[in-house]
Amino acid sequence: MTVYKLKTPISEEEIRKLKVNDVLYITGIMVTARDQAHRRALEYFKQGKPLPISLEGLAVFHCGPLMKREGEKWISVAAGPTTSTRMDVFEDEFIKNFKVRVIIGKGGMGRKTTGAMARYGAVYGAFTGGAAVLAAKAVRSVRTVEWLDLGMAEAMWILEVEEFGPLAIAIDSHGNNLFMEVQKKAEKNRQRIYQKLGLSP
Amino acid sequence: METANIVENVAFNLLKQAVIYLPEDVKQALRKAYAEETGEAGKTQLKAVLDNVELAEKYQAPICQDTGTIVFYVKAGAVSKNLDKIEEALTKATRKATVEVPLRPNSVNPFTQKNSGDNTGRLIPYVNWEIVPGDSIEITVMPKGGGSENTCVMGMLVPGEGIEGLKKFVVDAVMRAGAKPCPPNILGIGIGGGADISIKLAKKALLRPLNEPNPDPEIAELEKEIFEAVNMTGIGPMGLGGKTTVLGVHVDYAYRHPASYPAAVAFQCWAARRATARINSDGKVEYLTHKMW
Ligand code: SF4
Repeated sequence: MTVYKLKTPISEEEIRKLKVNDVLYITGIMVTARDQAHRRALEYFKQGKPLPISLEGLAVFHCGPLMKREGEKWISVAAGPTTSTRMDVFEDEFIKNFKVRVIIGKGGMGRKTTGAMARYGAVYGAFTGGAAVLAAKAVRSVRTVEWLDLGMAEAMWILEVEEFGPLAIAIDSHGNNLFMEVQKKAEKNRQRIYQKLGLSP
Repeated sequence: METANIVENVAFNLLKQAVIYLPEDVKQALRKAYAEETGEAGKTQLKAVLDNVELAEKYQAPICQDTGTIVFYVKAGAVSKNLDKIEEALTKATRKATVEVPLRPNSVNPFTQKNSGDNTGRLIPYVNWEIVPGDSIEITVMPKGGGSENTCVMGMLVPGEGIEGLKKFVVDAVMRAGAKPCPPNILGIGIGGGADISIKLAKKALLRPLNEPNPDPEIAELEKEIFEAVNMTGIGPMGLGGKTTVLGVHVDYAYRHPASYPAAVAFQCWAARRATARINSDGKVEYLTHKMW
């Protein structure tokens, strides 16, 4: 296990050094995107419309934050990850088109995303599900919010973060997927568990 | 003060307590899990969880950004007055907490997909009623997160397979859930009654403190057996591998129809939020889960 601290924009070369089980902390720009923002971003791409911000080399965070408005400013109160599997249908296109280098979420992602990460050079960093205050405290400021018409949770929040983490590298750019490995091991343990409980398989 | 006002105040305090402070038994279980975890990834995750719990208290911020669907359990003393005012008071408290704590607006019309913005809507906050002897009112709030709700399952098992079928059902549910419900989890298992009753019992069983096994020794044994078994999956904290997949297993049951074996598994995430208070007939309030309040 190696601990990396990277600043955005992150290059493909840098990201390819990371292996599953490494731990990453990110400083720089991070953008939240859930289902609706992914969908809209890909529509924009199809229509040749630019996104509100170029995502090249940045980190995309699967997060529907709890924000509070104080005068002109937004303050992030709690900003933990949401379940990433819902974004699996969009993520390969997303990585390919926008060259994001880090996807942050919880619960892991599937084969298609793992493939895209290997092909285009990106990693998946698992942030502890529910650890929303830890996340919010690493947000130095909310730069802007785009697409607020999608609602607070689905909007695209552009955040400046400092040592955002720990992110457990669960999918690297070499085709390794820790969640899938753990599931495979659990599957192997199933028979042992059935035996312990005196069950016929 | 009138009952309605007292209830509103108490419910607001309970909501605030629940989303910011984990109950002591849950914190203890998490600390124990951290101390005993040997998997490197799992340990990192539990450390982040414990750091987060501490930060939430320090900054008075919700432990998790998903402050859940608001569910109340009310034990109403049969002779207490103004019971008809309680649901409205709970709704008002929920609205107020949404703005002031704050809570994330989590109540969506299932047809229009429109978010009400204040955590209320048809039947939400949901209130579970129980009539008990006496003249006091006990209110519990469970802000229930979506991630762990999404892995809850209910099944009509084969009566002939009995308890073995149940054990298999639970193990399979945990395996299928994997990382999704933010493990380590608490499992509530409800058996019997009927489809609706089993899931109600399962969810309510999540309210039982982690250090209280079932008073029936045979069921306590079953809880322990399932606890040990599902922790052998190796799914671990956040599904990244490790020893602790669940922090506890709570079973409750009702008698069943001879032809049916309803069973349900309710998942609670590590952010196992709950808070309880009792309002006595003289208006005195006792906070039962968060004593320092
Ligand atoms: S499952 Fe629980 S801990 Fe995880 S994000 Fe949802 S509410 Fe938070």
